[in-house]
Amino acid sequence: MNEVAPDTLNPKIGRAPGWQGIVADWSSDQRAFENVSWGKAMMWIFLLSDTFIFGTFLISYMTGRMSTTVPWPNPSEVFALEIGGHHLPLILIAIMTFVLISSSGTMAMAVNFAYRRDRKKTAILMLLTAVLGAAFVGMQAFEWSKLIAEGVRPWGNPWGAEQFGSSFFMITGFHGTHVTIGVIFLIIVARKVWRGDFDDGRRGFFTSRRGHYEIVEITGLYWHFVDLVWVFIFALFYLW
Amino acid sequence: MAQLATHTDTQQHPIRLYLVVWGWLFILSLCSYLVDFFGLVGYLRWSLILIFMALKAGLIIAVFMHMAWERLALSYAILVPPLVLLVFVGIMVFESNYTLFTRLAFFVAGS
Repeated sequence: MNEVAPDTLNPKIGRAPGWQGIVADWSSDQRAFENVSWGKAMMWIFLLSDTFIFGTFLISYMTGRMSTTVPWPNPSEVFALEIGGHHLPLILIAIMTFVLISSSGTMAMAVNFAYRRDRKKTAILMLLTAVLGAAFVGMQAFEWSKLIAEGVRPWGNPWGAEQFGSSFFMITGFHGTHVTIGVIFLIIVARKVWRGDFDDGRRGFFTSRRGHYEIVEITGLYWHFVDLVWVFIFALFYLW
Repeated sequence: MAQLATHTDTQQHPIRLYLVVWGWLFILSLCSYLVDFFGLVGYLRWSLILIFMALKAGLIIAVFMHMAWERLALSYAILVPPLVLLVFVGIMVFESNYTLFTRLAFFVAGS
């Protein structure tokens, strides 16, 4: 009845350290991910596939940018804002970066409290993460509106290489979609945590196994990945 | 309760660890921003941007995504495929340099 990890049932299949462990894991049938739950493994596989999609987007952006003979618009200036009479280059993107990193911090803490079964703190931290994520999407909407008003289109812009617009809308748009989906996912799981679905085994998505708070960690994996992708977009698109 | 027991060895870390990582991510992001703010250029700019990027990514994956505590078989299954992307990046760098060269040779200079 109780769910016991296989390695506690059979102490012989423990985790061996180093290369011995890898060889042991991969050379034996059905043991590679022995104490990794299916949910976590599936999320990792999804994130791996997502890595390749974002990877190809960034590589095609790099190819377009390196091969064009027309000067690339200067991102530092394109994303500058006038605040209180000061001209601040790239400030909006910097703020967005800090907001997203903070959301990753609150999410990591939510996962920790979930394993301590502190329902209230977990739900509050997850909702805080969702609020920060929503703020990020809001700032991105502002950024998009501003650029569209200034005449940036997927096929052209006022400052230089035409590929700038298509790369920008494609990469940040795909990332923003991920953040939006993440916010929805966070709110759904936070509600379940708050209501205690994982303790009373209420029927529904991910809640049927009593006392199983792993979905919070899986949600966290997705959320940290969204932040992780932003680290690369920030460096390669905005700072280049 | 068995679930709790199976997770105690890998998932119970002091909150302080997460706060420290959070702080480092803040500092590294600030450094990234300052690279642009002070208008550094050339190889210095590039190496700093890539170093800060790699450190941030490493911290997020290792601590926030708990990779540091997963078994190695899983870690390698996840980390090796993205590393292979670097080969793809290298191929496309060659490709785009060649495209740029032909464009300069036949379209810009010839026009």
